[in-house]
Amino acid sequence: MTEILVLVEHVDGDVKKVTLELLTLARSLGEPAAVWAGPGYSEVAKGRLAEFGAEKVYVADSADIVDYVVAPKAELLASLVASRAPAAVLIASTAEGKEIAGRLAVKTDSGVITDAVGLGEGFVADQSIFGGGVNVHSRVSKGTPIVAVRPNSTAPVPSTGAAAEEKVDVALSDAARAAKVVERVKQEKGARPELTEAAIVVSGGRGVGSGENFAIIEKLADSLGAAVGASRAATDAGWYPHAFQVGQTGKTVSPQLYIAAGISGAIQHRAGMQTSKTIVVINKDPEAPIFEIADFGIVGDLNQVVPQLTEEIAKRK
Amino acid sequence: MNIVVCVKQVPDTATERKLRSDDKTLDRDAADGVINELCEYAVEEALRLKEAHGGEVTVLTMGPDKATDTIRKALAMGADKAVHLVDPALHGSDALSTSYALAQTLKKIGFDLVILGSESTDARTGMLAAMLAERLGTPQLTLANKVEISGAGITVQRVTDYGFDKVEASLPAIVSVVEKINEPRYPSFKGIMAAKKKQVQTFGIADAEIDAAQVGVANAWSEVADFAVAPPRAAGTVVKDEGDGGVKTADYLASKKFI
Ligand SMILES: Cc1cc2nc3c(=O)[nH]c(=O)nc-3n(C[C@H](O)[C@H](O)[C@H](O)COP(=O)(O)OP(=O)(O)OC[C@H]3O[C@@H](n4cnc5c(N)ncnc54)[C@H](O)[C@@H]3O)c2cc1C
Repeated sequence: MTEILVLVEHVDGDVKKVTLELLTLARSLGEPAAVWAGPGYSEVAKGRLAEFGAEKVYVADSADIVDYVVAPKAELLASLVASRAPAAVLIASTAEGKEIAGRLAVKTDSGVITDAVGLGEGFVADQSIFGGGVNVHSRVSKGTPIVAVRPNSTAPVPSTGAAAEEKVDVALSDAARAAKVVERVKQEKGARPELTEAAIVVSGGRGVGSGENFAIIEKLADSLGAAVGASRAATDAGWYPHAFQVGQTGKTVSPQLYIAAGISGAIQHRAGMQTSKTIVVINKDPEAPIFEIADFGIVGDLNQVVPQLTEEIAKRK
Repeated sequence: MNIVVCVKQVPDTATERKLRSDDKTLDRDAADGVINELCEYAVEEALRLKEAHGGEVTVLTMGPDKATDTIRKALAMGADKAVHLVDPALHGSDALSTSYALAQTLKKIGFDLVILGSESTDARTGMLAAMLAERLGTPQLTLANKVEISGAGITVQRVTDYGFDKVEASLPAIVSVVEKINEPRYPSFKGIMAAKKKQVQTFGIADAEIDAAQVGVANAWSEVADFAVAPPRAAGTVVKDEGDGGVKTADYLASKKFI
């Protein structure tokens, strides 16, 4: 079977969930070979990749790979595409993942698909476009298929792989070292999962009423181990940071469960959450368009419903 | 400083957007064309940098004839002149061809700084700036929520999952900006009038030395195999809160094994 390269996403040495999803997907289409880029590689990380079926692990753990913006990772992948001739390359469809995919596509003269929500035989990708209004099957017609797959597109399933390790050295070109990261600033986000990766997202909109009142959204999120999101009305008002905006010009999320409280469901908001598996809505206006896509909805005041729900979840734990 | 802002005309997100049944490309006639919202932030940032450091702002658009509306909007905001890359051969170009065509044009017109929005609301690939940096061999300073220039040096804050990275490079460079980096200005009446007199240069593919075999729907690196209007989500249960809305929601979540 031919190799499928999977670029590993990791933070503080931990493999992110999206990588386990991509390994699971890759297994159904070929032989997954994980590509580790940057420092932080360990036996623990290797064990995790093995657990989800990596047959090989290419390790390029020198620091300079992450010292420059995006280009070094694309260079690393391009060298592996040239030397191993993989059947495809899978990358997480995050803002940075898509940039890596784009540069890699140019370097290898290959087609690229972003925002895939599924991937089948022949690397035909499922995409949901125009705010969820149209479903598309796309495929790469030239070169090595490069597919950026959205987090939560598939459930990670363990299945042991050999994880045969191979060190890779890349001599970065000058062009790859043109944009240097001189400082990394971590902003407090607490213990909550990352918005685009989270299995559950609880979002608040204008109906929340104030920045202080977002505390009830946060409490509900915490009771479910969820990430917090916000509509643009809420971020515009300064009630919640822009980094948490879900929608057309914010983040795209595709969680197992999306709870929208005090959000009307404008098309631009839906564009960022329509592929969620289950959608629960709390809104006081029975005519709010968000109810059209709800699996379950409560017509009511979120100030009553949300705290009651949080309490009820605590009781049932 | 010679600043080029790449802007794109996109179908209004508030109208129904479609793919064409014949060649499976975006149906640009079905919806009203507007300037991609993130491009407005790019134009604003270019204008602010020009105001602070001097120079000239050129708008670059690739798109059909009717994209001139979008060019005029950027000129009305205050950009100095525009280049419109328009050619039937470009119809249906994918991200790779578009980045190639724009890179060729940028080489022709020259630049110290190229600014783009971080993505378009129609294709949403978010790759163009990175692809241009790759093709032009210039530093990639993308997803910026702050841009500073001093002499030949440029520093940006790149938005990340955990906060931001401070990134440094030398000009010439490619920058993409995220929403809320600034507050885009509204064109004034004077600006709108002045825009009518500003120079819009039209480029065909030959003018930019673009190889016809590298662009257009027939030469794309990826293709739409088929598409369908998404079936409406199955109607869900909606209940009115009778004082037990939270409990009922918890029941539902429990039935789906979320709690
Ligand atoms: C180009 C473009 C890009 C955009 N990008 C985005 C984007 O990325 N993300 C995004 O979200 N929007 C985006 N928008 C904006 C979008 O069109 C909407 O304006 C926005 O989503 C509205 O946010 P909202 O639903 O919170 O507010 P509203 O539409 O004002 O809805 C508030 C809702 O809260 C309900 N409510 C009020 N009080 C209560 C209460 N006490 N209890 C329960 N319910 C209550 C109301 O019934 C109402 O339905 C974009 C717009 C444009 C033009």
